[in-house]
Amino acid sequence: MLRRLSIAVAGGLLLASAVAGCGGGDDAGSGNGGGGDDKITLGFSQVGAESGWRTANTKSIQESAASAGIDLKFSDAQGKQENQIKAIRNFITQRVDVIAFSPVVESGWSTVLKEAKDAGIPVILTDRAIDDPDTSLYKTFIGSDFVEEGKKAGDWLVKEYNGKTDPVNIVELQGTPGAAPANDRKSGFADVIKADTKFKVVASQTGQFTRTDGKAVMETFLKSQPKIDVLYAHNDDMGLGAIEAIEAAGKKPGTDIKIITVDAVKDGMTALSEGKINFIVECSPLLGPQLMDLVKKVNNGETIPQRVLTEETTFTPEQAKEVLADRKY
Amino acid sequence: MTNLLRHRLFWPIAVLVVLLASNLVFSNNFFTITLQDGHLYGSLIDILRRSAPLVLVALGMTLVISTGGIDLSVGSVMAISGALACLLIGDLSNPDSTTSVLLVVGAAIALCLVFGLWNGFLVAVLGIQPIIATLILMVAGRGVAQLITDGQILNVHSAPYRVIGAGYFLAVPVSFLIAAAAVALTVALTRRTALGLLLESVGGSPTASRLAGIRARRITIMVYVFAAAFAGVAGLIYSSDVSSADSNAAGNLIELNAILAVVLGGTALTGGRFSIAGSVLGAVIITTLDITAVSVGVPVETTLLFKAIVVIILCLAQSPTFRAKVFGRFATKKAATREAVAA
Repeated sequence: MLRRLSIAVAGGLLLASAVAGCGGGDDAGSGNGGGGDDKITLGFSQVGAESGWRTANTKSIQESAASAGIDLKFSDAQGKQENQIKAIRNFITQRVDVIAFSPVVESGWSTVLKEAKDAGIPVILTDRAIDDPDTSLYKTFIGSDFVEEGKKAGDWLVKEYNGKTDPVNIVELQGTPGAAPANDRKSGFADVIKADTKFKVVASQTGQFTRTDGKAVMETFLKSQPKIDVLYAHNDDMGLGAIEAIEAAGKKPGTDIKIITVDAVKDGMTALSEGKINFIVECSPLLGPQLMDLVKKVNNGETIPQRVLTEETTFTPEQAKEVLADRKY
Repeated sequence: MTNLLRHRLFWPIAVLVVLLASNLVFSNNFFTITLQDGHLYGSLIDILRRSAPLVLVALGMTLVISTGGIDLSVGSVMAISGALACLLIGDLSNPDSTTSVLLVVGAAIALCLVFGLWNGFLVAVLGIQPIIATLILMVAGRGVAQLITDGQILNVHSAPYRVIGAGYFLAVPVSFLIAAAAVALTVALTRRTALGLLLESVGGSPTASRLAGIRARRITIMVYVFAAAFAGVAGLIYSSDVSSADSNAAGNLIELNAILAVVLGGTALTGGRFSIAGSVLGAVIITTLDITAVSVGVPVETTLLFKAIVVIILCLAQSPTFRAKVFGRFATKKAATREAVAA
């Protein structure tokens, strides 16, 4: 008992020192105090530099803040919630005009967001939601609708096989189990295709959003499934891995097996323009301009909707060829 | 029969056979091997090919564990080696030149050797506990890899580099051949020379070994260098397989799979006796388990549970205490009934 207690105490100390230690790196305090002059000050806490998508997201926010004349205080949480909470507290002490952040995780935000509310600083969530029932804690949530992305993928499929009656065997590469994009892209897609019984998802496994796992799982699908017509991958990377597996099996990706993916990162768009992928649903990280617009509105006291969708589109191979050259990420 | 049951590789082999047999019943064409574009093609070939990185990492881990240590940094070393190789190949004027690619591969492995020396230095010279010493590189190494790739996925288009992870030599997967060569090298070094004995004695008691005249410190450094080198090669296979370096995903959590492979193979984490064949078998079981889960169609939500159950069954079967408790009771009961009948 005593031992368990001492372990718990040691663990607590470790955690406390980690919080204190990591927080020091967040240099959100550079520049003026903010709030005093006419220029709007926005405190933004990013998840971290986890992927190309995220890097593009950061760039978009920084560039659009500069062009909108908003003073941006940027803080990188390096994937840790405690860093993010610390950054938000810093923003509150500095009395910024608006706080925006991409929550690292869904839960555990009520305390710090109440502090922001009490200080009268409006909060905007970007790209990821929180699961707090008290929606008064934030003004709005701007980001993609993953269910809608799944539906768009399904819509294309329904249109592509319109008028045909042969059964269509679909394999699905899911994202990380439990992640919101994986759950929602799966259910949105399933909702659309269930209307027609010719569509059948014959196998659905996780490819962990990575190329290697996408390739590995597709290899096994190709051997265990007698006939595959369509592959639906929850992101471009898994689709790109699967393309390698399909080629190694002596089949032609895009022709023998039709491929639909989500994201539209540059590598995926390249494969799309080469005809190896047939359709990509965009999940855009470039929400900076929309965010700055919301920040200005919030600061002026205008009412804004609780949920704002990122402006997104879909791409066919022809469209991919047109936009590929100036694709940023 | 009892001798066979007591052989320490009996249970791992039994589990592997059961896994393969379940594929015979529940999945299509699992045992079909065909020739596709001049190379072997089939699920069994996939198992050989995809086991390669884990086999390599588990080999290094076996040596480290035999000295009573542990190496948590292997996954990060994998990420660094793949990242560096892809970065350098991207800078080559001719990425299809075999010589340049070999040089790049050499550079990546050389960097891994340095990381191995670093781990060995911390453990053997500074006397830091292995789990802490290698934890440093596990965390920092991932950062180094991300620094190399700038947090992005690096793509390479190089035919010679692709061969390492996705190529075939005489219809056999190259990655499998690399892993097989590493196993042969390790077996030769540890079983044909005195090295194996020295490792086991250092693992048994470093102090007694030193007093007996064994340079325990040098042996300890060496095993960490081996582990890092094998991890580096595994990282090259991993990144070459998809012709890109993903510093976040490469080798993520592979250290735990490697430790699991070693334990499944019957090597104790306390050091001392070790079994290379056991670790290789452990790694193949883990890969087969992954492939079986997909091929049989275990739902995503229950895949981890499915794996856990198989591993628990195997560990319990291997535990002499558990076997004595369960089967021992049957034996005494039987004996008791027999006695009662006789009376």
